[in-house]
Amino acid sequence: SSQVVWSMLGNRQFCSYKMTTKTQNFCRNEYNLTGLCNRSSCPLANSQYATVREEKGRCYLYMKTIERAAFPRRLWERVLLSKNYEKALEEIDENLIYWPRFIRHKCKQRFTKITQYLIRIRKLTLKRQRKLVPLRRKIERRENRREEKALIAAQLDNAIEKELLERLKQDTYGDIYNFPIHAFDKALQQQDAESESESDAEREEEEEDDEDVDKREFVEAEDSELSDFEDMDKLETSSEEEQEEEEEVEKKGSHSKSKGKTPLKGPARRKRPYIEIEYEEETEPSTKTKAA
Amino acid sequence: AAGGSGTVPGEGSGPPAPERVLFPPTFSVSEIKNKQRRHFMFLRWKQQQRKEKLALKKKRRKEREALGDKAPPKAIPKTIENQRVYDETTVDPNDEEVAFDEATDEFAPYFNRQTVPKILITTSDRPRGRTVRFCEQLATVIPNSHVYYRRGLALKRIIPQCIARDFTDLIVINEDRKIPNGLVLSHLPDGPTAHFRMSSVRLRKEIKRKGKEPTEHVPEVILNNFTTRLGHSIGRMFAALFPHDPQFIGRQVATFHNQRDYIFFRFHRYIFKSEKKVGIQELGPRFTLKLRSLQKGTFDSKFGEYEWIHKRREMDTSRRKFHL
Repeated sequence: SSQVVWSMLGNRQFCSYKMTTKTQNFCRNEYNLTGLCNRSSCPLANSQYATVREEKGRCYLYMKTIERAAFPRRLWERVLLSKNYEKALEEIDENLIYWPRFIRHKCKQRFTKITQYLIRIRKLTLKRQRKLVPLRRKIERRENRREEKALIAAQLDNAIEKELLERLKQDTYGDIYNFPIHAFDKALQQQDAESESESDAEREEEEEDDEDVDKREFVEAEDSELSDFEDMDKLETSSEEEQEEEEEVEKKGSHSKSKGKTPLKGPARRKRPYIEIEYEEETEPSTKTKAA
Repeated sequence: AAGGSGTVPGEGSGPPAPERVLFPPTFSVSEIKNKQRRHFMFLRWKQQQRKEKLALKKKRRKEREALGDKAPPKAIPKTIENQRVYDETTVDPNDEEVAFDEATDEFAPYFNRQTVPKILITTSDRPRGRTVRFCEQLATVIPNSHVYYRRGLALKRIIPQCIARDFTDLIVINEDRKIPNGLVLSHLPDGPTAHFRMSSVRLRKEIKRKGKEPTEHVPEVILNNFTTRLGHSIGRMFAALFPHDPQFIGRQVATFHNQRDYIFFRFHRYIFKSEKKVGIQELGPRFTLKLRSLQKGTFDSKFGEYEWIHKRREMDTSRRKFHL
């Protein structure tokens, strides 16, 4: 009757354990020895059948014989196999003596595979386990949205620029940067006598400033070294002459006006000494008249 | 209610609404059963609301102009930062207790310039390309840092080795689905461990208008908006990553900006165009962090003593309450 069963289930009619894929047929029956849907591996179509299954880390040998075919409850006989690999293989042999070669062989193979994966499980549990923390979609979305808004509220570029300018004012950079108006402001806060010594220091710093200028990546090199030094001299002379507030105010004012008047000098504006020199000449007559 | 919809003249989908539609006071748009009509009436109601609002604004502006100088000053718009719930742990700059704490905590050796920071950057197991590249870029940004691959080593065993080799800080970047999404920053000789959630990581090639590679100069550090005690300690942790004396010649600055509990990291190169203007150019990777927990000792998830954990149900109740 196993023939009949197979001709029905295997080929023609529907078997609920059978899973077909493009290349192969699989059998989902839990007692199946190989997992494929074959005449020799189908536990329903073979009246004498055996499998090896593991439960909670222990392996059992399940056997089915024709005599018990009428008693479904007692159909599968279970034998616990020993933990020792070789001993267990002998036990399989012993229990399945006189059984078809195919079943014996496949049982032993299956048992081997099972022991191998059990060993692996035990090894992996000793190593660090990766803990999976589920993402909460709503929370993720909320946090992303809040982050975007915080980014907009932060106005990072402005904040950084402000902080850097603050640090410049607080003189954390020391002598590296030389912006004459700034230095003259400080001179005003102190006394005039001290401002002279500062202007001396400035002359020295301007030379350093030249080196820095060459290092800076952004600035294009348009003016030659000679013009720098020419203007340096002018600045020296002018700084000696002028030590009054009004001129600096005028300088500032003229500086702001200058941008419209001489657009050709645009790139050179970054190097402040030159700009001031231009306008000092303009304002000189007025200051001289005032002095007079 | 049924009468209300009938009293309004000229309704219907075709003709445009009249200028001054008077809705009877007990009328509510939601009581009309017909969806099309209800929609139409709602639009009209909305238009009317808008008109009223505009009229109100105009009136107020006229009043303001009429008053001229005597007008009351303009109201400051409310922002989340303005409305922030006052946190009692906000640090007062002159607070002695805080100063004393900071002099004696784990970062004291750093701030007294006794130790030079040396950083170890690593990832979780089997990092994918993006994480690897991010680690490399981070290593260029932070001076005196080394990247080592994890290869299945347990953190608890790495830490004593690191301490033996004089590392001061350990950064572990956690990866999920091929992108970095977490950061564990641990100060080594039994310092605090902070666990962050990292988001919007941008590698250098993804940043638009970026400059050249960061050089070897020691960058400056800017820490913005770390106001509370917790924020203060986190800020110090970040500061301890960088050597104490920045090289101003390099003109590089690393910024940790805290806004509404999100810490934005940026790396820029700056140039002072004039006394009042500075230009900045972004180099380097950028990312945002959100603090998840702060632990007293070094990394120990089971037995560690947590100084602060983000508990969603308790701490996320108010939109205006922030912890950093």
